[in-house]
Amino acid sequence: MTTPPPYRIAIASGKGGTGKTFVAVHLAKMISTSASCTLVDLDVEEPNDSIFFPEMELESRLVYKQIPEWNEERCTLCGLCSKTCKFHAVMQLGDSVIVFNELCHSCYACSELCPNDALPMKNQTLGTIGIAKSNQLTLVESRLKVGEEQAVPLIKKTHRNLQTEVNKTDYILYDSPPGTSCPVVAATKPADLVLLVTEPTSFGLNDLKLAVETLRKTQKPMAIIINRYGIGYEDVEQYCEIEKLPVIAKIPYSRKIAEAYALGHIVTESDPELLSQLKNVVDFIKLHRNENA
Amino acid sequence: MREIVILSGKGGTGKTLVSASLAAVGAKEAILADCDVDAANIHLLLQTKAVKTEVFYSGELANINQDDCISCGRCMEVCRFDAIGLSNQQYKIEDAECEGCGYCEKVCPAQAITLKPRRSGIVYVSDSRLKMPVAHARLDPGADNSGKLVAKVKDEARKLARAENKEYVIIDGAPGIGCPVVSSLAGAKYVLFVTEPTQSALHDLKRLHTLLQKFKPVTGCIINKNDLNAEMTQEIKLFLKENRIELVAELPYSDLFAKSMIGQLTVAEADKQMFTEFEKIWKKIKERLS
Repeated sequence: MTTPPPYRIAIASGKGGTGKTFVAVHLAKMISTSASCTLVDLDVEEPNDSIFFPEMELESRLVYKQIPEWNEERCTLCGLCSKTCKFHAVMQLGDSVIVFNELCHSCYACSELCPNDALPMKNQTLGTIGIAKSNQLTLVESRLKVGEEQAVPLIKKTHRNLQTEVNKTDYILYDSPPGTSCPVVAATKPADLVLLVTEPTSFGLNDLKLAVETLRKTQKPMAIIINRYGIGYEDVEQYCEIEKLPVIAKIPYSRKIAEAYALGHIVTESDPELLSQLKNVVDFIKLHRNENA
Repeated sequence: MREIVILSGKGGTGKTLVSASLAAVGAKEAILADCDVDAANIHLLLQTKAVKTEVFYSGELANINQDDCISCGRCMEVCRFDAIGLSNQQYKIEDAECEGCGYCEKVCPAQAITLKPRRSGIVYVSDSRLKMPVAHARLDPGADNSGKLVAKVKDEARKLARAENKEYVIIDGAPGIGCPVVSSLAGAKYVLFVTEPTQSALHDLKRLHTLLQKFKPVTGCIINKNDLNAEMTQEIKLFLKENRIELVAELPYSDLFAKSMIGQLTVAEADKQMFTEFEKIWKKIKERLS
């Protein structure tokens, strides 16, 4: 019998600060008590998952993207590269060619179309991927180098690198970046299920709608977790009902939870209500896995 | 004209509520720009009414004309973004993956590929309850947030400021440290950080601060929810001091923020004390810019 492929769950939100990381680290902790679980932090601009696992030491390696480097000796200043680049990342100015690294999308067009091989591609550091293991839990952190502006290439590279490494794990959780644009689409791409964490405020609801609209385009099954439940705004639940999106947990609005989170602590042990809400999520994930096996 | 950008690194620390409250106290002197274009929220608080709407195009998208395609597969070979797939013996572009680099167009021997402008969102100039015009936008779902839409929103805000003779532009930024944030920083004179006493927020603030070394604006910081954890608040203050970032204000952990949001008001409008507090903050920022 072959082992089934890992079941992949993305945690996303639309609005920032609704509790993606909170949910992701707690789920990872709970799932890994009974199955192998890999938590992948794909909020590459601001990765925070590792703060909650201080005992796990990440072994990090550099990840590169490829950008062209001008070879002056080979260049005949024909100007083709400048004309080719749609991103204005390669420009011929006077008798030299300048590459603007942060604008480059690594499409290779200038490099491979150059008749004189004067723009060979070279490595540039994009960020790091760190991995730590502890019993059944594997933590992966993808961290963009500060100053590197594009998150998507690193997210895609992380997915690619993990293909071989985590195939034996039962569950993979992707802690996704906030927003509704390309990084979220890239982060959630391999997911079998997307959990959207929202809060019952007008901002939370507005951004949830945008996130749902984005993810519907990718035809991902979705379920909703309402965090800070009880601030007193019901529209989120009404919206979910109309859109037939299952609300699988309501995490109470609690100063105690916020205080523990502030210190980077896992809080389930001390909070039975939170524990039971998170169990609902784990049960839903398992059920969804069995139904779609 | 002076641009003040509100940033945080971490999401959900209170950027939008601070931006809108500053706008409420500074309405006579400022224009507001919502540059968190893929999760824009300020329009909800200010009951904006669009007076100008413009579809925004950014970058390009490849398209294969099936009548001309000779199925040589050269396009798929050169595409680094896995944006070209083969189904039912037809080569097709996957729009979501295409970055518009045009490499496929260049190598197609049958000239079957063309690039077309790509729609990325809508830009609005609106009137608001504060009697202050607001520039904002809505990025299309899943679109590439390269920072160009942010630049466009800022451009609209600058035009408004010039037309209405306003001295300041208040810019509500995006979370993170990527393209939209960098784009919102171009031309900024002052960056106001909004943070909270959590490990995550401090970690993210530090990364944002490192990014700012390139721009060197005047910086100030508001610690929101300052009574959530005394130790963390101290740690943040130490970081601010070490890096010569002015501590502009501390705001308490309070459901006032959530309640004012539900009432569709800025915190400054919902609470008199808060109004005074934000007046002080606004004054401090202006002093540093004079």
